[in-house]
Amino acid sequence: MTDSAQQQIDQVVKGNDVVLFMKGSPDFPQCGFSQRVTAILNEYGVPYAAVNVLLSDAIRQGIKAYSDWPTIPQLYIKAEFIGGCDIISEMHASGELKELLAPLQKDA
Amino acid sequence: MTPTPEQIADMIRSHLPDADVEVRLYSGNDHFEMSVISAAFIGKTRVAQHQMVYAALGEQMKQAIHALALKTAVPKEQA
Repeated sequence: MTDSAQQQIDQVVKGNDVVLFMKGSPDFPQCGFSQRVTAILNEYGVPYAAVNVLLSDAIRQGIKAYSDWPTIPQLYIKAEFIGGCDIISEMHASGELKELLAPLQKDA
Repeated sequence: MTPTPEQIADMIRSHLPDADVEVRLYSGNDHFEMSVISAAFIGKTRVAQHQMVYAALGEQMKQAIHALALKTAVPKEQA
């Protein structure tokens, strides 16, 4: 892990309201857990930045250190780490995710 | 060496002695599904609760456990 990876991650996390670090892309997820989170996010119609960690091992390892979280995907909203696939699925089911994302939805 | 579900449950219980732990395999021998109920989670965010579980698993989480579907909760009477 390098400091420049941490800086890059920090810039992306702070520069976008919603950021998903995932394996693959939203159009072509390469992991079932990443796929599930993109499917959930797509239901809300909220624009989000997606970072494909498979393209950079420094980012792939760096994001785990950044959040002290061992797995990918990782969702950030307003620069706050929200959780991975299990937590996002729970918050989706409970309505908490809807509350978090409501202010960020694009006007129809 | 991949731990068994029972070994994983023991690791959690050694860190969270009151924990009600259920672990099962859902695919192959290294994709686990686990629920952990503990009073130690009271007042903690979900992220913090999961981090406590990951900390209990230590290096195993990074090495041998390929996937872990995790659910944490506080005991019902204390929720």
